[in-house]
Amino acid sequence: MDSNTLQIIFSGLGTGSIYALIAVGFNVIFKSTGALNFVQGEWVMMGGILAAFCFNDINMPVWQACLIAGVAVALIGGLTERFLVRPLVNQTPFALTLVTVGIALLSKSLVMLSLGKNPVGYPGLSTTTSTHILGASVATQTLWILGITLTLMALTHVFFSYTRWGCAMRAAAANPRAAALVGIRHSRVVFSAFVLAAAMGGLAGTIITPLTLMSYDAGAMLGFKGFSAAMLGGLGSLFGAMAGGLILGLLESLVSGFVTSQFKDALAFLVLLLVLVLRPQGLLGKPEVVKL
Amino acid sequence: MKPAFLTRLGARRQSHLLILWILVIVWPLITPNAYWVSMGSAFFINLLLIASLNLLVGLTGLTSLAHAAFWGLGAYTSGMLAVHAGVTPWLGTLGAMGISALFSIVIGWPTLRLSGHYLAMATLGFNAIFSVLLTGLVSWTGGPNGLIGIPAYTLGGLDVSSPTAIFVAYWLVTGLILLSLSFLGNSRAGRALRVIHSSDTAAACMGIPVLRYKLGVFVLANTIAALAGALYAHQNQFVSPDVFSFSTSILLLVMVAIGGFGRYWGPFFGALIFTALPELTRSLHDSELLIFGIAMIVVVGFMPAGIAGGLANLKSRLSLRRPSA
Repeated sequence: MDSNTLQIIFSGLGTGSIYALIAVGFNVIFKSTGALNFVQGEWVMMGGILAAFCFNDINMPVWQACLIAGVAVALIGGLTERFLVRPLVNQTPFALTLVTVGIALLSKSLVMLSLGKNPVGYPGLSTTTSTHILGASVATQTLWILGITLTLMALTHVFFSYTRWGCAMRAAAANPRAAALVGIRHSRVVFSAFVLAAAMGGLAGTIITPLTLMSYDAGAMLGFKGFSAAMLGGLGSLFGAMAGGLILGLLESLVSGFVTSQFKDALAFLVLLLVLVLRPQGLLGKPEVVKL
Repeated sequence: MKPAFLTRLGARRQSHLLILWILVIVWPLITPNAYWVSMGSAFFINLLLIASLNLLVGLTGLTSLAHAAFWGLGAYTSGMLAVHAGVTPWLGTLGAMGISALFSIVIGWPTLRLSGHYLAMATLGFNAIFSVLLTGLVSWTGGPNGLIGIPAYTLGGLDVSSPTAIFVAYWLVTGLILLSLSFLGNSRAGRALRVIHSSDTAAACMGIPVLRYKLGVFVLANTIAALAGALYAHQNQFVSPDVFSFSTSILLLVMVAIGGFGRYWGPFFGALIFTALPELTRSLHDSELLIFGIAMIVVVGFMPAGIAGGLANLKSRLSLRRPSA
C-alpha cells in the first residue's frame, strides 16, 4: 500500500469517527423517544463554534476550550429537553421529530445572530500538525479524533452494559411501561438521553473543527451524514453506529481520493437510499421495519 | 354512495374558495407597484407547493422531505428545455410535470413501502443528492451560478411577461388546482387516503390498494410541485440551486405544520406566512429562521391543529356558546 492510499484511509477514518459519534447520539435519542432528532447536527456545529469562541475570544488553551464547549453543549441538550420537549402536550414520535426540526432552526439562527456567520477554526490539540506513519503524512488531529472516539465509544459501551443508570435506560428503551413499573422514570431517561447525545455531538464538533472549520449552517449536513451512518449500521445499535460511521467515512474519502470529489456530498445519501431500499434494518440491526 | 353531509361540506368549501378567489383578483388593482404584484404571484407558487405537500403529509401521512427537490426538478427541467433546446415554455411545463411524475414513480416505488421516519429520511436523501447534482452538472444546470436566460411565457403574439398578466395567469391555474384538491378531499379516493393515514393495515383490510394509492398521491403532489417549479422559473427567468435545498423542504414542512396538518385552509395561512415573513423581517436582519423555529415548536407542541385548526375550534366554540346566551 503506498503512502497516498494510507493517507486517504486515515482521513476517511477521521471523518468516519465523527459520523460514528453523531450516529451514537441519534441512536440514543431514537431508542428512548422513538423520534428522529434533527438537532443532533446543530449540537455538533455548536460544539465547534463554542470552542472557537473560547479559544479566540477568551484565550483559553485548546483542550480547555474543547472540554468547556462539550460540557456547554451537553447542558444545552439537557435544557432543551427540560424546557422544550418535556412540556409538550403531544408526545408522539412524529410530533417530537417535528419539534426537533423547530429546535434545530432555532439553534441555528441563535448561533448565527449571536456569534456571526463567518466560518471559525482553531489549531488542533497538539502543536505539531502532522506525523509520519509508514511513510504517510497524517494530520495529528486525525489521530486525536480516532483516540477520543474510541475512548468515548468504550465509555458508552461500559455505561450501557455495566452501570445501573445505563441498564435503566436500556430497559426504558425496550419497554417504557414495564420499566416504569419497576421504578424507572421515563422523563429522567429521556433527559439523560438528550444530555448524552448532546455531549457526543458537541465533542465531535470540537475535535473536527481544527480540520474543517465550522460555520453556523454546517450542522444539518453533518447531522444527516451521521444519520446515514446510523442507518447503515442499523438504527439503535452502538456497534452498528461505529461500523456505519467508519464505513461511510472511508467510502467518502476513497471515492473523492480515487474517483471524483465533485459529488462527495451525494455519496452518503446514495448509501442511505440503497440501505433503506435493500436492507432497512442496516448491516447489524434486527429487522423491525414494517413493509407493506 | 357519498353521505349527504360530505356533499354539503364540499359545496360550502367550494363556494368559500370561489368567493376568496374573486376577492384575491383585485390585488393588482390595490397594490402600489409591480413588485407587490409579483409578490402575489410568488404567493400562488408557495400556495401550490404547500397545498400539495399538505396532501402528502397532512392527508395521507406520508412525510416527504423532497418537496423542494421536485419543485426544483420542475423549474430546472422547464428552464433547461427552453435554454438548451429552445422548447416553448408551455411544452416545457408539461415536460417538467412528466419528468417529475416519472421520478416520483422511480423514487416512490421502493421508498413508499417504508414507514414513517424511514420515508422521511429516504426523501431527504434524494433531495440532498439532487442539490449536489444541480451544482455539479455545470454544463447543463449552470452550476452554483444558476441557470440564466429562461424565457417568459408567451400566448400567441401576446406578451404574458408583465407582472399583472403573470398574476392573472397564475391566479387562474392555482384556483383551478385548489378547486380540484377540494373535490379530491371529499371523494372516494380522498377518504381512502385518510384511512391510510390512520392505519395502513385497516386500509388494506377495507380493500384499499395501499401502495397504489400512496404512489398515486405521491405522483400527484410532486407533479403539482413541478408545475409550481415551472411557473417559478418562467416568472423569475432565472433559477439558482440553493433555493431547492433540503432546508427549503424542511421549511415547507414547517409551513404545512403551522397552517395545520390535513386542514384544507391550512396551506393558505402557511403560504401567506412563507411569502410575507421574509418581507416583514427584512428590517430585523436574518431573524426569519428564528421566528420559523419558534412557530414550529409552539404550533406542534401546543396547537397541533395549526392555525386553521385553531380558528375552526374557536368558531365552533363561539357557535356553541351563542344559543345559551
